[in-house]
Amino acid sequence: MTHDEILQGLYDNTLVGNAPEVKDLVNAGLEDGMDPEKMLYDALIPSLEEVGARFERGDYFVPEMLIAARAMQGALDILRPLLAETGAQQVGTFVMGTVKGDVHDIGKNLVNIMLEGAGFQVWDLGVNVAPETFVEKIKEHKPEIVGFSAFLTTTMPMFKANINALEKAGIRDQVIVMVGGAPVTQEYADAVGADGYAADASTAVRMAKDLIQKKRAAVPA
Amino acid sequence: MDTVIQSRSRRVVIGGEQPFCIIGERINPTGRKSFQAQLQAGDLSQLEIDVSQQGAADVLDVNVGDPLADEIELMRQAIPLVQSLTDVPLCIDSSVIEALEAGLSVYEGKALVNSVTGEDARLEAILPIVARHGAAVIGLANAEDIPMQPERRLEVAKKVVSVAGDYGIPPEDVVIDPLAMPVGAEPRAVTLFIETVRLIRDELGVNMTCGASNTSFGLPGRHTLGAAFLAVAQSHGLTSAIMDARNTETVEAVRATDFLLGHDEWGARWIANHRAKQAAAQAS
Repeated sequence: MTHDEILQGLYDNTLVGNAPEVKDLVNAGLEDGMDPEKMLYDALIPSLEEVGARFERGDYFVPEMLIAARAMQGALDILRPLLAETGAQQVGTFVMGTVKGDVHDIGKNLVNIMLEGAGFQVWDLGVNVAPETFVEKIKEHKPEIVGFSAFLTTTMPMFKANINALEKAGIRDQVIVMVGGAPVTQEYADAVGADGYAADASTAVRMAKDLIQKKRAAVPA
Repeated sequence: MDTVIQSRSRRVVIGGEQPFCIIGERINPTGRKSFQAQLQAGDLSQLEIDVSQQGAADVLDVNVGDPLADEIELMRQAIPLVQSLTDVPLCIDSSVIEALEAGLSVYEGKALVNSVTGEDARLEAILPIVARHGAAVIGLANAEDIPMQPERRLEVAKKVVSVAGDYGIPPEDVVIDPLAMPVGAEPRAVTLFIETVRLIRDELGVNMTCGASNTSFGLPGRHTLGAAFLAVAQSHGLTSAIMDARNTETVEAVRATDFLLGHDEWGARWIANHRAKQAAAQAS
């Protein structure tokens, strides 16, 4: 197989969520001396971006997105240690959790998978996460973004409580705040002082990248 | 075991030998941006449309929760308004305890309260209110997390029924929600649900309801999936669902299953519904 055929195979098989084939192709590429970064940026990430675009258009459905992201994760499990060796720049880092009082996690998990698929490092704190836990984990992991998820109109006010907790802990300026969940609106995200809101998982990934770029541009590392 | 809920003039019985109880889910602002904006402006005029579209429902769920609106006041107004528009009993739906209380205090009849979880703080806060108003209550089979083993969901259900008993609420007034989750995100979601339904039916014998539309989240052909899901769940012991009562396909699947399972003797309701449709078609 030529390297171009391997890249095309990675793209095509990620698109349809064929995890075993994606894994085999990654290993075949590595054995043949291919650059891990090339496989990631020229095949896997474009494929998952296409998955996201199809989902946004309504051409792809939840299970298709999940299996594509899973195929991508399988590839990343192999590539991540190699990418770390070559010092490839991290796309971004994310601490994520469903707010206190809320146990819904499907939307949050979808966003996590899409973020990881796009090359983010994600620390998932799970569901029913208290404001003080968010503060503690942000201090520990120092992510660029924290994501609050809420599925109930009655747990959405925890966004504000979490942001207040970040302010009280003096770390609000250190982290970008994104919010999301079925009942959340842009208007509500603005009202609680979040930095970003997205209506679905692939938009969330795009927004996360944009927000990080803006922040990195504003604050030279 | 029969759960009775009532409006001023109508009585609905939920039970294993009864026709399936359809609870209309439409009066809920989740995912409805214009309804959210109306609620924020204190405008409840949408309720008249929502009620009129859910004529197939045995019970209507009423949820007017929006974090930018005064949910307590909205509930206080919405309940009498809906009761003036329809005589079906209501399911008062909020996770704000004061909103549940406000709704119950103006409701005429015996309401169903949606809902309490197995968390101690929620049980202690909500069950006394349910008991004081002589209402029935939906108990979710989850506590701090959502258990992914049927046995653990059964344990939570047992706890809810037991604590309800401590507050003087009999088991027939507790309707357990075994938690229907999206099959598109978890291939085992429905088999796990069915197993939980069977366990609760056999071990507790209480009535059960669920948010049926969750099952088809993110998938094409939602009505067909919903219809198939309800038929399967019904045949394993689910006695009610909070569901899309506006959709004919889903509603008819439920009524067909009632007939097939012997809960609509000689198909009287099934045939009457057919005649009503014929008459409506001729009239238009």
